[in-house]
Amino acid sequence: MTLKTEEPREILLSIRDLHVWYELRRFGFGRVGSVKAVDGVSFELAEGETVAVVGESGCGKSSLMKTILGLNIPTSGDVVFDGKNLSQLNNKDMRSYRFEVGYVQQDPYSALPPFMNIEQILEEPLIISGVKNKAERLDRIRKVMGEVKLHPPEDFLTKFPHMLSGGQQQRIVIARAMILEPKLIVADEPVSMLDASVRVEILKLLHALQEKYNLTVIYITHDLSTVKYFSARIFVMYAGNLIEKGETRRLLENPLHPYTMALLAATSDPDARNADSFKEVPPGEPPSLVNPPKGCRFHPRCSHSMPGLCDEKFPPDFEPEPEHFVACWLYQPK
Amino acid sequence: MNNTPGELLRIKNLVLHFKTTFGVVQAVDGVDFELHTNRAVVILGESGCGKTSLSKALLRLLPRNVEKYSGEVFLQGTDVMMLDDEEYRQNVRWVGMSLVPQAAMNALNPVLKVGDQVSEPVMIHLGLSKAESLHLVHKMFQHVGVPLDFVERYPFELSGGMRQRVALAMALVTSPSLIVLDEPTSALDLLTQANIMNVLKRIKHELGTSFILITHDIATSSELADEVAIMYAGQIVETGHAKDFFPAPLHPYSQMLMASVPRLRSESDPMFITGQPPSLMNPPKGCRFAARCPFRFEKCSEEPPMFEKGNRKVKCWLHA
Repeated sequence: MTLKTEEPREILLSIRDLHVWYELRRFGFGRVGSVKAVDGVSFELAEGETVAVVGESGCGKSSLMKTILGLNIPTSGDVVFDGKNLSQLNNKDMRSYRFEVGYVQQDPYSALPPFMNIEQILEEPLIISGVKNKAERLDRIRKVMGEVKLHPPEDFLTKFPHMLSGGQQQRIVIARAMILEPKLIVADEPVSMLDASVRVEILKLLHALQEKYNLTVIYITHDLSTVKYFSARIFVMYAGNLIEKGETRRLLENPLHPYTMALLAATSDPDARNADSFKEVPPGEPPSLVNPPKGCRFHPRCSHSMPGLCDEKFPPDFEPEPEHFVACWLYQPK
Repeated sequence: MNNTPGELLRIKNLVLHFKTTFGVVQAVDGVDFELHTNRAVVILGESGCGKTSLSKALLRLLPRNVEKYSGEVFLQGTDVMMLDDEEYRQNVRWVGMSLVPQAAMNALNPVLKVGDQVSEPVMIHLGLSKAESLHLVHKMFQHVGVPLDFVERYPFELSGGMRQRVALAMALVTSPSLIVLDEPTSALDLLTQANIMNVLKRIKHELGTSFILITHDIATSSELADEVAIMYAGQIVETGHAKDFFPAPLHPYSQMLMASVPRLRSESDPMFITGQPPSLMNPPKGCRFAARCPFRFEKCSEEPPMFEKGNRKVKCWLHA
């Protein structure tokens, strides 16, 4: 089930058969079911590895991410970071775990407190993590602002978030995630709220920081066209499961799962010829996570669905080519 | 009066300035373009370049702090800017052109069934009875791909994509010849986006409607575009047919904007545009893009006119 890495690097994060279910209650009591947001996800990330989690809204990307950040308690399964199992940490250890993971939010404007200036925003994590010396704090703020290319820092420190452009705000969010020198960064759609002209700039900045500090980055996105500039591997998520995992180029050139193929077909490049034809889109909408379909969760929308198999049994991960895993019965070895 | 055959809309020197406590924001500053029947023009630009203000100026949905609102907007030969507000409401809005506002799926009234909402403009503008308008609503739901029993549902019972289709059905139901779409797909998922673009293409073929599509998403816009207009700092800097524009944009801003698009099917390394768009309160004299332009020269301190190159137009001294 787990992915091997090419060279034996240290495993930083390991997710084992993770389930995150939210209970549904009627009138505040009495269980009536649960939303199975993450339902049996396993993977391993080595130190310095970048991975993109691709999926539509409601597929469980955010629940997966929040569980990794320690904001959700998993229903079952384990999140193991640097040899420590999150579910066994006490409050103090959990706090120090949070210093080792950084979080880049989707919408920089709502992620930055409007009543704090940039200096206060960047200083707060340092105060909480116990950096007592004011001069040292300021020093680290200046350094991290240089890292995110906000020159000179003095011009920005006294400003409030609304005085900055969207791209600058997102740089502050990245600086805040970086300031405690984490090992792992979770970036949740970091560029989807930004203008086309600055998107690439922010992605390149994140990429440069990742290489410089050998960071492990989980890049959550729905935009397949930005993935190849950033991550080494792609995980495709659908209705709470990872349905395809593979090395970025191989997956983009040779998608295996019918859902991945549909996602790639729906991604447009700017080309006037697009207007001459219709796009092929699988019918229907993603299933409810309260009562997901039996068997493969994509089968009601899939044109290759095999009755008696796809609607009965959940497909395991097959490996039709090395290091490329797909949960689809089409690739069952004969 | 202009009445070239096939011409649906001609905008000349449209201006919309807002008054704020800090000064006058020149959101739309002298926009010209034409649109023919059954064509789609895409207005592309970064946020804050005046795209949404342009849609408001066209539909005359103005806030109170308007400083200046002038120009000529000929819709099917009539200058609608000459009409007073009541005439405009009766004869232009909904009947002549309608708007699908930004985040339209959240603009539906949460306490009305969608069938009632969509039939309201029909009853008001076409004077039909409730039963007759519901019949029209059914027809329109078929066009946009909403199941007919959804008329009895409330907006919260629909997914984002379905709500967007309902908003589109509402704009279409009075059969206007022109629909202005403000960022119709920006908040939707990838597959839903592709679905909505398919619906728009089908409507264009089946009903012969024209579209003004306002967006910053260049890749998705190419799904519908016949013409492209690039907007920068309140002005249109380049117009042309999509088939000419996408392979070879002329204005340096258009070129850089196109180069910044990450592509799935090509190995090109996307670039970014350094600097920021100018403030619309105090736009620079001369070419507004000059400060960020790698090709600027002395001439750029004067404002360039629109130079015509075949059937393309570009506001840049390089093409003089």
